[in-house]
Amino acid sequence: MSELIKLVESDNAGRRTNFPDFQSGDTVNVHVKIREGNKERIQVFQGTVIQRRNPNSNGETFTVRKISNGIGVERIFPILSPNVDKIELVRLGKVRRARLFYLRGRQGKAARIKERKPKAVQA
Amino acid sequence: MSGLIGKKIGMTSLYNADGQALACTVIEAGPCVVTHVKTQETDGYQAVQLGYGEKKEKRTNKPLLGHFKKANTTPKRKLVEFKTFEQNLDLGQTLGITDVFTEGDFIDIVGTAKGRGFQGVVKRHGFGGVGGQTHGQHNRQRHPGSIGACSFPSRVFKGLRMAGRMGGNRVKVQNLRVLKVMPEQNLIVVSGSIPGSKNSFVILEK
Repeated sequence: MSELIKLVESDNAGRRTNFPDFQSGDTVNVHVKIREGNKERIQVFQGTVIQRRNPNSNGETFTVRKISNGIGVERIFPILSPNVDKIELVRLGKVRRARLFYLRGRQGKAARIKERKPKAVQA
Repeated sequence: MSGLIGKKIGMTSLYNADGQALACTVIEAGPCVVTHVKTQETDGYQAVQLGYGEKKEKRTNKPLLGHFKKANTTPKRKLVEFKTFEQNLDLGQTLGITDVFTEGDFIDIVGTAKGRGFQGVVKRHGFGGVGGQTHGQHNRQRHPGSIGACSFPSRVFKGLRMAGRMGGNRVKVQNLRVLKVMPEQNLIVVSGSIPGSKNSFVILEK
């Protein structure tokens, strides 16, 4: 990609360093800014990350799935959007694929994801 | 109307204050040099000719070399004439982005559309096609259908839209908002898409 385009995108690219390194299968808390009239508040959306699209690009998005009152809810967040205030890593998940669409057909016990140990940090 | 000549760099997306992602195009605009000023007395109309992009002296023919020498500048690749330029410009003057455009302006962009080759009526003119594969229909999904009546007028009207060469023509896109101006790099970012491929010349008008 052109260096000049990277330069145009560079304003926002710094936001990426504020976020933890998460991947599909992890459980995250996404703090979303919501504007009501002139007031701004923060809402937390907790769920499992089921995919990350166009990783490391300016247009990267990730999809978070949760079960709300027995109904599956999925939200797609652009990772560099100014409306995403904070992302917290709650639990690491051990999965064998990058896109967890198989979770959509499952409920309860069948939709569990094994916990993964964090990678050893290199000294 | 004033304007500049530029080069399409590519597309990306930017976020606005509401957090919406906007598709946008990055264009390198200018710096342009005034290579000719036409006046009512000498040419019968008023216009300003701008030049953009460097060219080797070796590859420029003698008449053009003389033309650039008159403006006291190096040979340029692209020359475009702008009628009724708002500012008063002198021969040899250099124009940058900030001289013409500011953030929030609405500008028009002219470019040459990508060539698509020989295309059918569905792609070229937006015909609907047949819209069904059953009822005995078998090999006419993307055909134009009837092109006229019978013994009257017993001919096909001129200008009827048919398949043919598509693209490669001059296209103007109007009212694109300027999202960002970066004078150090000569970059301008406009919302939406513009005609042509990357690295193709475009004309920016205000």
